[in-house]
Amino acid sequence: MKYIIAVIQPDRLDDVLQKLEEKEIHLVTVSSVMGRGRQKGIPAIYRSHKEAGSLLKKTKLEIAVNDEYVNPTIEAIIQGAQTGEIGDGKIFVMDMSECIRIRTQETGNLAIG
Amino acid sequence: MKKVIIEYKMLIPAILFILGAFLIFERGTSTPTTMTVASIQLPAAAQTATTADTTAIHPVAVPAQAAVIAPVSKINSGDTAWVLVSTAMVMLMTVPGLAFFYCGLVRKKNVLSILMQCFTIMCIISLHWVIIGYGLAFGPDLGGKGLIGGVEWAFLEGVGLEPHNFYAITIPHQVFMIFQAMFAVITPALIIGAFAERIKFSSLCVFSLLWATLVYDPLAHWVWSNGGFLGTAGGMGVLDFAGGTVIEINSGMASLAAALIIGKRKGYPDKTSPPHNLPFAVLGAGLLWFGWFGFNAGSALAANSLAANAFVTTHIAGATAAVVWAVMDCIYNKRPTVLGIITGAVAGLVAITPACGFVNLRGAVGVGFGAGVLCYPVVAFLKPRFNYDDSLDVFGVHGIGGIWGVIATGLYATTSVNGSAANGLFYGNPAQFWIQCKAAAITIVFSFVASFILLKVVDAVMGLRVSDHEERIGLDLSEHRETAYTILE
Repeated sequence: MKYIIAVIQPDRLDDVLQKLEEKEIHLVTVSSVMGRGRQKGIPAIYRSHKEAGSLLKKTKLEIAVNDEYVNPTIEAIIQGAQTGEIGDGKIFVMDMSECIRIRTQETGNLAIG
Repeated sequence: MKKVIIEYKMLIPAILFILGAFLIFERGTSTPTTMTVASIQLPAAAQTATTADTTAIHPVAVPAQAAVIAPVSKINSGDTAWVLVSTAMVMLMTVPGLAFFYCGLVRKKNVLSILMQCFTIMCIISLHWVIIGYGLAFGPDLGGKGLIGGVEWAFLEGVGLEPHNFYAITIPHQVFMIFQAMFAVITPALIIGAFAERIKFSSLCVFSLLWATLVYDPLAHWVWSNGGFLGTAGGMGVLDFAGGTVIEINSGMASLAAALIIGKRKGYPDKTSPPHNLPFAVLGAGLLWFGWFGFNAGSALAANSLAANAFVTTHIAGATAAVVWAVMDCIYNKRPTVLGIITGAVAGLVAITPACGFVNLRGAVGVGFGAGVLCYPVVAFLKPRFNYDDSLDVFGVHGIGGIWGVIATGLYATTSVNGSAANGLFYGNPAQFWIQCKAAAITIVFSFVASFILLKVVDAVMGLRVSDHEERIGLDLSEHRETAYTILE
């Protein structure tokens, strides 16, 4: 079991979700986050005062998958989120020790799906 | 022990109620004619009842006869209706107009503090106005120098429902009084933009009351009262239709003094986050614009052609300045900004305030154009250059806009619009231009110096600013123990 976290550009979310859907990966948690990478943002201007904006808006996806789904998930995210520009984001893959479905108390591989 | 304390606290409202009722009763019996409807129209009825039955001079005693004398009253129902509506519109400018304009521009953690300050100022200044303020500003002159009103009208003694024969002859005196009350309310409320996000609430209340008494009321007396030394009734003759000096320059200069004394916010200029909710600011600016029709056209104190002129010039000046600001944003920042266009609109509305009842449409465009061109560089370049934190640009917009408006009235005023006023420089009367400049200068100096001293005194006695820690966690929580937004359910 792996836990996959991806930080992507907010405007690529719909594409990523569609690619995941195509690979039958339906379960995903999405949140709106602020972050900082190599990309420089677009400075906002308020009454001629430029806000450099050291933190940028990003979208974070969290997906728990069984081992055979790890590569399809990564491929889907890359297909959906890649533009080739700086700031496309990152994917982190982590080992996951346990997963429990609250309703049935199923554990492990059964619980993920 | 604890139980006793709770019971004691619960008694306080009851004691206050009995005390208050007693005081009001006392006043009511000692001066029975002050605010009672019974006092109206008796003299008017006496004068106009010549053609009616002699019993008409006792309309209260014989209610059926009241209808007979009603049509010949001096009070004009159209004028009264318009000024009453205008009054409500000017009230709307403070809360929620100004409150939302300002609260959209601050950080999430200070939203409620702005709303609370606007709301509180509306309440306490209204009370101040009926207790002492109206008398100081518009009451019979004390000392004959046109400097300050007396205390004859304290508690609205003698300010009844009959028209005042100088200020507004076709509406009840109390309508004029409450219309002016809204002006007294919004002026100190404007100043909170200068020390937003760091003022101590208790100090703000004390400062607002003192400032209304010692700065606003005298200035209103100088410009608008019967015999005020700057005004047109026996004074220098400054033309100020709806408050370019009394409200705009006054609040602008007080704001500059306030920004200098209270100091910069932590992290200013680069570490103060951007406006938390610009749509709120747009909502507030729209409400301000709407209310400004009451502010300016209502200042005609009648539903007549002068009100119509003020209404139209107000709208056109606001629109002109908004467009000018957006164009300048395009030139300097490559993009027209939302905050820019609403700031421009307010600057134009500020500038037309003294002029709206004296200038024609061409003048309105000129006033609006000047407001955009002059206020923009102060907000965009001068403030960063001199590095003072007038947080919401009250000086840049209201101070500079007001100064330009008062001076521009001396340029564009024409007697073809307002026959009882004077021509300006562009219509062949340089003397009026000079009077406008002098009045603006006197207002600038008086307002800045008096506000500066007052702020220093309040700062020395009780401290103007919250502690660093309180500023860091935000005034909503530290001053009011509330938060504007919840993140979780």
